Amino acid sequence: MAAATATKTGARPVRAGRRPPLAWVGTVPFLAYAGIFLLLPTGIVVWNAFKGNSGGWTLSNISALNTGPVRTAFKGSIELCVISSVAGAVLGAILAYAVASGNPEGLIRRLYLAGSGVLAQFGGVTLAFAFLATIGPAGLLFKAGWYSNFPWGIGLIYAYFQIPLMVLVFLPAIDGLKIQWREAAENLGGSTWHYWRYIAGPLLTPAFTGAALLLFANALSAFATIEAWEDQINYVVPQSISGSLISEVGLANAHEGDALALGLIVVVVIVMTGYFFLQRRAARWQS
Amino acid sequence: MRTPFRLGLAGLAAASLLAAGCSSSPSSSSSGGYNWSNATSAASGGGMSALVKAAKAEGTLNVIALPNDWANYGTIIKDFSAKYGIKVNSIQPSDSSAQEVTYIQQKKGTSVSADVLDVGGSVATASTSLFAPYEVATWSSIPAGLKDSSGLYVGDYGGYMSVGYDSAKFGTITSLSQLLGSKFKNDVALNGNPTEANAALNGVMMASLAEGGSAGSIADGVNFFHKLKVAGNFNTTQATPDTIKAGTTPVVFNWDYLNTASVVGQSASTWKLFIPANATLGGFYYQAINKDAPHPAAARLWEEFLFSQAAVGGQNLWLEGGARPAEQAAMTTNGSINQTAAAALPPVTGTPIFLTQAQATVAATYLAANWPKAIS
Repeated sequence: MAAATATKTGARPVRAGRRPPLAWVGTVPFLAYAGIFLLLPTGIVVWNAFKGNSGGWTLSNISALNTGPVRTAFKGSIELCVISSVAGAVLGAILAYAVASGNPEGLIRRLYLAGSGVLAQFGGVTLAFAFLATIGPAGLLFKAGWYSNFPWGIGLIYAYFQIPLMVLVFLPAIDGLKIQWREAAENLGGSTWHYWRYIAGPLLTPAFTGAALLLFANALSAFATIEAWEDQINYVVPQSISGSLISEVGLANAHEGDALALGLIVVVVIVMTGYFFLQRRAARWQS
Repeated sequence: MRTPFRLGLAGLAAASLLAAGCSSSPSSSSSGGYNWSNATSAASGGGMSALVKAAKAEGTLNVIALPNDWANYGTIIKDFSAKYGIKVNSIQPSDSSAQEVTYIQQKKGTSVSADVLDVGGSVATASTSLFAPYEVATWSSIPAGLKDSSGLYVGDYGGYMSVGYDSAKFGTITSLSQLLGSKFKNDVALNGNPTEANAALNGVMMASLAEGGSAGSIADGVNFFHKLKVAGNFNTTQATPDTIKAGTTPVVFNWDYLNTASVVGQSASTWKLFIPANATLGGFYYQAINKDAPHPAAARLWEEFLFSQAAVGGQNLWLEGGARPAEQAAMTTNGSINQTAAAALPPVTGTPIFLTQAQATVAATYLAANWPKAIS
């Protein structure tokens, strides 16, 4: 109506297809959300990492990162994340494929999805206790000698939420594989290997690496589970951050905690950069 | 206040950052014309009845890091609330002392900040700039060694480091060296990580004294736990009443008032505790008032209640919780002490040792460098 009226009165016609000038308003909630919950906290962490306890700027928090216990914690964090995300991604992908190849309306699929939805959120003290009570030192099933081993014992516990998470995030990608593609490959004389190597594999790679990255980040920030599993040794960085915040024997230094968090941000940035290049390479042929 | 059970810490920190921005300012403290923030004793504000009146007008008290099963705090809070009709908000009951201080710094000037703190000695002496000086009516009954001369903090209750254990499983234990034996596989635990928790640091220090060390060095204690770890007896999860119930930590190093059968939820016929004769290590916690307390009169009334020698007063209530109140000696002399509760305290032999602040700092520094190595 407005356009018709405008034309009738001889003003400029409204050009079709042009976005209304206020379209950017739609992005405000997202930008505000990301700003308040991601950028602002990150900014505060970075800012505080360079602050001294008595005010003023200092590099001493950063240089505290290069001490034995902190190096051990970063090494431990990366080991645990790599092990649990690779194991979770591979096993979760296989499981997702098995679920996808079943009846899409079937009971099994619904059971698996509901179960994965619950177990992907299963963590913290309850998860640690579940393992403690079944295979740990108080094990009812058996007492596993490797239960307390880092990273393998805790890696197994992490797999308990990593695998279901992988099923949830990877299943849509597998569902996207069309049965006709496989038939086409077979009609053209391709083997199962050819199908996976040249069709399904390349198609799924971006989704797989993306999901694996999510699992890596998921393990990197997990804290309550490992803290309930082991209280005395800070195997991973979140435990060290906790110590720097809560020590009541005079060893607390919140700014060192900020520096540790900054270190974790750097780890994520490095992994994300690697992911970006991998993704670009994987997606090259698709465009 | 020191059994750090650290779930969702980052979330809390983020939430407090946000909350700090939008909380209202504290309620006016000038009820009756007097600003109780400046009161250094009840008398300075017009006496006890004026204090009660002002506190009732405020109507609320915010306490922090007071677990209900810690030194009878659940009952103390209930009794205070019933006696004065003041609502008590118990904030983050399982925080550590360091988190208490962080909390009042982040919530400074808001109505949700904590009014009063109960902190370990290291944190108390390091945070005096945040405290308001105040002397309770019974100030003279408190031993000089337990109070800051300007009234910024004051020892409230304490106890001795003890070993609690399941006697049905192990029989009677009388010395720490027995714990190195093969029947204690994975059974011996601390209440926390000694680089973080005061009770755990004192647990290691007790081992140090039992091994013949002095309060000036915690090295022998670290070495004891190294031996315990090598023997496969050190359980590195944090001991709590829950782990004791589950049977995973049947031997626990902790303050005696946290290690009694009733607190850990065990039968008194099987859960025993002992204080090693050659390692009687005592420790006190300290009260302090937030100088920016949103309820300054209620904060001071709370202190008066905690240090009251009445039958239903803080001193006797702590005693009933198995802790040793600061005024115990004076109350024994003047007869106001609950004698049944006093008689139920675990016996102490030998000369008690209390760590000085300097000794505690030396121990913490040594632990920071050596604890992870000794037990991995």
